[in-house]
Amino acid sequence: MRIVIVGDGKVGITLTARLSKEGHDLVIIDSDKRVLRETVEKYDVLGVVGNGASLSVQREAEVGASDLLIAATSMDEVNMLCCIIGRKLGVRRTIARVRNPEYTDQLGFLKEDLGLSMTINPERAAAVEILNLLRFPAALKRETFAKGRAEIIELKLRPGSPLCGIYLHELIGLTRVQVLICAVERSGEVFIPAGQFQLQEGDSIFVTGSAQNLAALVRWLQIIERRVRSVVMIGGSRISFYLASALLADGTDVKIIEIDENRCRQLADLLPRANIIHGDGAQPDILDSENFTGADALVTLTDIDEENMVLSMYGSHMGIPKVVTKINSVEYNDIFRNMGVESMVSPKNIVCNDIVRYVRAMQNTSEDSVLALHRIVHDKVDALEFLATEDTLGLGTKLRDLRIKPNVLLACLNRGGRVIIPNGNDVIKKGDSVIIVTLSDNLFRNLNDIFE
Amino acid sequence: MNFKMVANLLGRSLCVEAIFLLPAIAVSLYFGEAQSARALALSFAATALTGGLMIALRPKKKNFYAREGFVTVAIAWLVISLFGALPFYISREIPSFIDCLFETISGFTTTGASILTDVESLSRGLLYWRSFTHWLGGMGVLVFLLALLPSTKGSGQSVFLLRAESPGPDVDKLVPRMHNSAKILYGIYIGMTLLEMLFLRLGGMPLFDTVTITFGTAGTGGFAIRSSSIAEYSAYLQSVVTIFMVLFSINFNIYFLLLGRRFRQAVKNEELWAFLGLLGGSILLISLNTRGFYQSFFESLHHAAFQAASVMTTTGFATVDFNLWPEFSKCILLLLMVVGACAGSTGGGIKVARLLLIVKSMHVGLRRMISPRLVRPVRMDGKPVAEETLHGINLYMSAYFAILAISLLFVSFNDFGLETSISSVFACLNNIGPGFGVTGPMGSYASFSGFTKLILCADMLIGRLEILPILLLFIPSVWKRT
Repeated sequence: MRIVIVGDGKVGITLTARLSKEGHDLVIIDSDKRVLRETVEKYDVLGVVGNGASLSVQREAEVGASDLLIAATSMDEVNMLCCIIGRKLGVRRTIARVRNPEYTDQLGFLKEDLGLSMTINPERAAAVEILNLLRFPAALKRETFAKGRAEIIELKLRPGSPLCGIYLHELIGLTRVQVLICAVERSGEVFIPAGQFQLQEGDSIFVTGSAQNLAALVRWLQIIERRVRSVVMIGGSRISFYLASALLADGTDVKIIEIDENRCRQLADLLPRANIIHGDGAQPDILDSENFTGADALVTLTDIDEENMVLSMYGSHMGIPKVVTKINSVEYNDIFRNMGVESMVSPKNIVCNDIVRYVRAMQNTSEDSVLALHRIVHDKVDALEFLATEDTLGLGTKLRDLRIKPNVLLACLNRGGRVIIPNGNDVIKKGDSVIIVTLSDNLFRNLNDIFE
Repeated sequence: MNFKMVANLLGRSLCVEAIFLLPAIAVSLYFGEAQSARALALSFAATALTGGLMIALRPKKKNFYAREGFVTVAIAWLVISLFGALPFYISREIPSFIDCLFETISGFTTTGASILTDVESLSRGLLYWRSFTHWLGGMGVLVFLLALLPSTKGSGQSVFLLRAESPGPDVDKLVPRMHNSAKILYGIYIGMTLLEMLFLRLGGMPLFDTVTITFGTAGTGGFAIRSSSIAEYSAYLQSVVTIFMVLFSINFNIYFLLLGRRFRQAVKNEELWAFLGLLGGSILLISLNTRGFYQSFFESLHHAAFQAASVMTTTGFATVDFNLWPEFSKCILLLLMVVGACAGSTGGGIKVARLLLIVKSMHVGLRRMISPRLVRPVRMDGKPVAEETLHGINLYMSAYFAILAISLLFVSFNDFGLETSISSVFACLNNIGPGFGVTGPMGSYASFSGFTKLILCADMLIGRLEILPILLLFIPSVWKRT
């Protein structure tokens, strides 16, 4: 497909990397010549210099002959204007990044007039992901499928964990819980494991199952789950606003430490029930005076990655049970993990996943396209959700008789609201939603791609 | 420097060359030339074997940046020329290896300078190979490789290969994917090649002549298969060659725009009009100046057009011996040699685009002297030109004149007179072929010393790759292992 991306910023570059790898023809528009040149040298794409919201630039980029326009500049208004022009030129679909909370509320009202097929809001998406993690603090990472019925969570096998040394085929017999380990990371290497795989201390395991069963597994593992009742956020960004609104609606205590006085006033105005503290969250004495070690969870949301890292390490060190860190540049994730910072959220990666899923679905006119796409294990593994339709191959055949490609795991079936962890005797039926786990080199666009 | 990655690409280029040796073998066999067929087959085996071995080096790391791109292109051209010279050497038809190398480099760089005094004595198979090197060198071996290779999983580093191999101050892709851009370029190239063959055949040219002359025109090379170059063909055939020389030295982006029916954008190209204007003016002046040499004005116009187009497009064919022309006409030809063709074509020289930008920045510079606070970017095709592009041109021009001076000093040892020395350095550095005096269109480079020939070989490679990639090879830090 031919895709035009306006705005070569954080989201633009991440999207360029992902979509160009998926084999699309990309045109990037940005007014900064230097940034554009670097992108063109790094990825196999075409660059057009100029204002993406101007007609002549869009003509030069041949937006009219493209399938998708993604407007991801830093300004909401420009993004919306880009999409209107693109639509008039005849592009098939448009996606705009709209981040201002004041606009997001009225989008439903305007979406059709603006010709938007989809809007992305990295900050809100990040807030939702952080909220998921806070609701299930044992998980280092948590992704949901099938309207929240099934999940994949990441757990770390600490020394003395009852799972160390067991073989995967023993798992269900031992725990008596219907869950499946769909990916394991061991010292930087990723495995899509089979029954003969033996778990070791220090592994990061990715477990799928229904939400109740995963909770049961965590109980069985004797990881003490404390419900998060009070949260401290450092940094009063847009994410903080979205996250605080959701937490306050739950009845959770929220404290936001923000350095800018005006922003504090704004937040206090918007979030009357939250405690807004004006102060430098990077100063330990201010943190201590606000009794931050007493909180159940710490979320670091300043604009500076390094500051977030250090604050999170400090929080873990002081014994806060759950620490979530916002990171923009994910390139150093491996190093950060080794330093004890385990739950990380990257806004741009979340929205990129959403867009990649949308693009894969666009390529597929049939109904069995990708319903959800999550990247786990530092983007090395894809977890995809598909709908089984009458065109799906092997309907009604026992799974053990199906010829499935190597390194592909059928993790979970959803049938009429019931989550099934399949074994060799199960079958796929029409209407099931099927969750597949695979190495991210495989670019599956529909369910039939998984068969040999 | 990622040596294994470079070696792998070199291996692939050699395999491309080996595959292109096969048709030459077929030609040899068709004409029943056992000797040259054997030589070509041996060269094929050697090239394919070396290439295969180099491909077998699997690079562990795939990092490939500007440095690797430039080095790959520079070395690839050297290696391909070395292997391309083998058929001439093995068959003993050109006894000295330096001569073989000169002839091959002259072929691949689309120069068309020859050390052969009697072209007709060469066997048909080798004549075919000699002309074919023009065709392959015209658009570039690595661009061909880019068109063949499946798209490189999203990484854009192949753009460095295109930048190093394609002529012009500011090279860019036509469409988002490099793979497709290279395919489009070669598609246009092949299409125009076939078109010229068709027109030449319609004029009754023998098939073998048609193929070799077309290769020579398409790459703007200039190897003919007769010592008299194109003089013995009919006026119609000469005109067809004139037109196609001009067509092949126009920026291929314009053809791409025309094919996409974007006429307005195509017409906006300032370089095209400057090129055509310069060429037309020169033709008119020369035909007036040489009026007395020919029976009618039409005849002198015909020959002026052929010679001017041949020199400006850096092809180097000739229908008459322009050595005998008056000083004024020769001087115009010498200046056209330096100007060269359009950027993004198969032609050589400094390129009209560069000269146009130099003139424009000179104009802006003068205006700035009058009003020092003037803010005015240099514009081309209606758009402001990036400062880096102008810096790049300055760098290119400085290097160009440095190389010119050094080569001229070395060539002057041969004592052939200033006219011969200057014109042969110009002819090699700008990839034209024939110069004036001894190396004129009916002469050859045979009488130069071996050392001078090597210097001129270097000039041809430097000129074809636009100087900088070759110069980079001499910077020690390029060779550091990463």
